Parts: sequence; C-alpha cells; structure tokens
Amino acid sequence: MAITRNKIKSIGAAQSPLLGAAMFSPAVLYILLLVGGPFFLAIFYAFSDARIGNAEMHFVGLENFRSILQSSSFRVAVRNSFIFTICSQIVVIFGANILAISLEKAFRGRGLIRFLILLPWVAPIALGAIGWKWILDSIYSVITWVLVAVHIYKPFSAPIWLGEPRLAIASVLLVHSWRLMPFSTVILLAGRTAIPKDIPEAAAVDGAGFWRTQLQIVIPMMRPIISVSVLFGLIFTFTDMTVVYILTAGGPFDSTQTLPSLAFALGIQGSDLAAGAAISLFLVPLLVIIAYFMLRVAHRAEVN
Amino acid sequence: MAKGISRRIWGKVVHVLVLGTFTVLLAFPFYWMLITSFKQNLDLYTMENNPFIFNAKPTLDHLRFLFTETRFVRWLGNTAFVGVIVVAITLLLALPAAYSLARLSGRWGERLGIGIFLTYLVPPTLLFIPLSRVVAYLGLQDSLWALILVYPTFTVPFSVWLLMGFFKSIPKELEDAAMVDGLTRFGAFVKLVIPISVSGILTVVIFTFTLVTQEFVYALTFISSESNQMIGTGIPIFLVRGDVYYWGALMAACLIASIPIAFMYNLFLDRFIAGFTVGAVK
Repeated sequence: MAITRNKIKSIGAAQSPLLGAAMFSPAVLYILLLVGGPFFLAIFYAFSDARIGNAEMHFVGLENFRSILQSSSFRVAVRNSFIFTICSQIVVIFGANILAISLEKAFRGRGLIRFLILLPWVAPIALGAIGWKWILDSIYSVITWVLVAVHIYKPFSAPIWLGEPRLAIASVLLVHSWRLMPFSTVILLAGRTAIPKDIPEAAAVDGAGFWRTQLQIVIPMMRPIISVSVLFGLIFTFTDMTVVYILTAGGPFDSTQTLPSLAFALGIQGSDLAAGAAISLFLVPLLVIIAYFMLRVAHRAEVN
Repeated sequence: MAKGISRRIWGKVVHVLVLGTFTVLLAFPFYWMLITSFKQNLDLYTMENNPFIFNAKPTLDHLRFLFTETRFVRWLGNTAFVGVIVVAITLLLALPAAYSLARLSGRWGERLGIGIFLTYLVPPTLLFIPLSRVVAYLGLQDSLWALILVYPTFTVPFSVWLLMGFFKSIPKELEDAAMVDGLTRFGAFVKLVIPISVSGILTVVIFTFTLVTQEFVYALTFISSESNQMIGTGIPIFLVRGDVYYWGALMAACLIASIPIAFMYNLFLDRFIAGFTVGAVK
C-alpha cells in the first residue's frame, strides 16, 4: 500500500486504497475461484483415479502420467498439436504479411474486402468448420469435383479428404490457417499504420525498391507486433479442440487427435477424469512460455 | 517514363490478383454455405452437376425445415439469453475493476492488470474437466446457468484489459474537478467516468457477446439436451441425425448465425485489435 500513497496526489487519496481494493476484488475473487480453483483441481485430478459417476477418489501418484506417456495415441496427439500449431503459424504469418501489405493503402471497396477476409475469424469457428466439413465431404466435395473436372482424378477414385490420416491432418491444418489468417492480418495492419511513414519513404527516395523496403525496413520495425500475432496464434491453435472435433472427431483411428481433443475424448466421453486432466496439463508448459514472451513484449512497449 | 507507367500497371494487376486470390480463399466457405442453403437436394446430391451454379430452381425448403422442424430458433434464443446475462455480469465485474486498476492502485494495479490479462490466456481446454465437476456439484448440468457461471472466466479478463486502456486515456483532471465539486471518488466514477466511456463499454458489450456465441468447448461439455444447446453446439451436433447430414439446412444455419456476429465484430474491430496488441502498437 505504501507504493500507492505517493503515487496518488489527487483529492480523496486517503480513502483510495480501500476503495480501489473494494472495486477490483469482486473480479479478482471470481477469477481466483473459477480459473485458479479449477486449475488446481485439474492438478489434483491428474494425481488421482477420479472418474465420472464414481464418488470415491484415491491418490495414485504419477500413475496417470506413466500410462499416458506409454500410450501411442498420446504421442500422436502431441505430435499433431505441434504440427498444427507450428505449420499453421508459418502459413499464417506468410499470408498475413502479404495481405496486410495489399490492404494498407486505401482503395475502393476496401471495406467490403476487409469484411470478407475477416469472416473466418469473426464467424463462430464451430460453424466455419462445419462449412469445411461439407467442402471436404467424402462424396460431394467441391474440391473433388474440380479435380475430376480437370481430369486429375477419375470419378470415384479421388481421395477421401477426411478419411485418410495424412489428408485429414492436412485438412485440419488448412482450416486452422484459414481461421487465423484474418486475425493475424488485422493485427499486422494495425502495426503497419503505426509505423512513421517518413522512414519507408526515405528508403524509397534512397533508391530501395518496394520489396527491399518491406523486407529490410518495415518488417523488422514490426517485430513486436508480429510477435504478438504469433504468440496469440500459437495459443489459439495449440489449445483449440473445436476444429478437430468437428472435422474428424480425432479420427481416422485417432490420427488427428490433439492434446485438447484427446483430453475431451478420454476425460469426458470416456469418463476418465484423471487421464483427461493429466493430458490437458501438458498444455501448461507451452502456455507458460508464451505468457513469458507476451510479458516481454508488453514490457518493451511500456519502456519505449 | 513509359517504363514507369507499365510498372505501375503491372503493380496494380499483381495487387488485384493477390487480393482476389486471398479473398476468394478466405470467403469461399461462406459462399458455399450461401449457395448450398438454396439448392434443391436433387441438385446438391447429383455428382454430375456443376456445383458452383444452380442446376435446378433455387428453393426455400432448407430454410423452412430449419425454422419449423429443428430447434434452431430455440438455440438462437438460448444464445441471446446467455449472451445478455454474461454481458451484464461482465460489465458489473469488469468496470469497477478496470477503473480501480487504471486509477487507484498505481504500479501495483498495473501488475494486477497484467495478471488479469494473463488469465485470458488460460484456455477452456485446460479447465473444462475440473469445471465439469464443479458444475455437476452445483447441480447445473445441462443448464444454461452453467454457461452463465463459467463464461465470465474468459470475458472478464479481456474486458478489464480493454477498459483499463480506455480509462487511462481519460484525463485525471476531469475527475479531480468533479471531486472538488463535492463528488466522492466512487460518485465521480459512476456519474462522470461511466457516461463518458460509453463507446468503451459498448466495445466490451459486443466483444463479450461475440465470445459467447463463439464458445464451443464448455457448451459441448456441460449441455446435453437438444433444447438447451447454444448455436455453436446445436448446429454441428443436433442438425446431424444419426449419420445423415442435412447439408442444406446446416449451411443455412451456419450462415444465418455467422453473419450478424460478423457485422457486430466488424464495427468494433479496431478497438479489439488495440486490446490484442498489448500496447505494442501505440
């Protein structure tokens, strides 16, 4: 409280710390109860044999983690989680930078184009994913139709997009990239408009071409904002289970399962709360790392 | 000179091509929802037909089916109901918290503010298993109140963060003047700060509402009966009967539910982005 006192010189300072605490404590308490509480409950479950429908619970030590680490579907889920997260971010950052460059200058119809481009991000992802499920349908897929029409495949011999492990993984990856590209684009666009215009202009006067100005001057200046976009993108993809659940439900044969979707399959559908909780805890290390970098970006922004 | 002009034209062509390609790729699923919604089943399920156009007369059958023979309207209602109450709870918790962290508590408040922001990074997929037990313990299984209880866990942190930035931009002198005129600090907050923060509050309202409509994991975990679904779970799960996909109705439902949300989000986009960029853009 000592810090607060010299900070506030305005009238009514004497009552401020107490009033301040009274004003933020409901929100903080709520978050402690419903975010902090369940988080510790998850840790607690992970070391127990808790099941849905069974009131009794015993401490089992590292047993859950041992059996998880031995299961092949867990290893596949970890691999997929990283494939989806990292590959989609590569696609997204590449595409979003190009899109942000093309959207930077005003032109007629920009508002409409921006609206259309943003749809994948602003529409509920469960519904967007259902749209893709229809596009990737095993029989009536429009992609298949086009491939048959241009004679790449014969009728009925085209691949079943969501039915073969590799293609299913590629499909999930595609939908994740599709979903996050708009988000990344608008963030990068905000970063671009914040760059002082005279710097790229001076470079252009000095004879630097468009791409050289972009690659050597603008994009390096946007490093903090690109980091923000990537950090959010990593979190959104790594912790998402909606896309996989709707497109493939983890199949075929658990080949597209991710950490969150496997936690759901075992913990809720399979009633094995302990295993589900233990699996979802594997999300924590990456979340901590991302939070650390997020704080660094925020801190730097504050210093500058 | 001629070289410069041809280069400019060339640049324009590339620009249009790039934008065109990206727009088509990103918006295509929504075009697909649109055209599927109005196609007759015979047209949809004849493989020889060119799927990009109407091969038979457009029909309203899927819409009729959706509105009369499914619980779609009920799901829209559920979503609106949960949305409105969660917005109210979020404002009640986030407004005072954001103000106090922005104004009253100095450096300590800033750290707490960042702490609250970080809880926004805690995903539903980490908490849904223990929360499913909490919900069961409270007797809220298969009740919309379970969602109302839990949704503020992700709407409050981000709203506090957005509002903190907003309150910080209001000059302190305004409140000081009001307090000289006899208002208490809390009075100044209610009678002065809140009224001039309407646009910030509106931003939080829209953001919270869209987050509620977009949520999937908790709704999937806590809600089981058909009549209690939200749009995000009802459409993908209950418009599929057994293995039969009613694609026409499904796509119509996706489109009808997505477009209003997309419009709302678009109106306040720049403010949301300001919140997401964690101060990396000034």
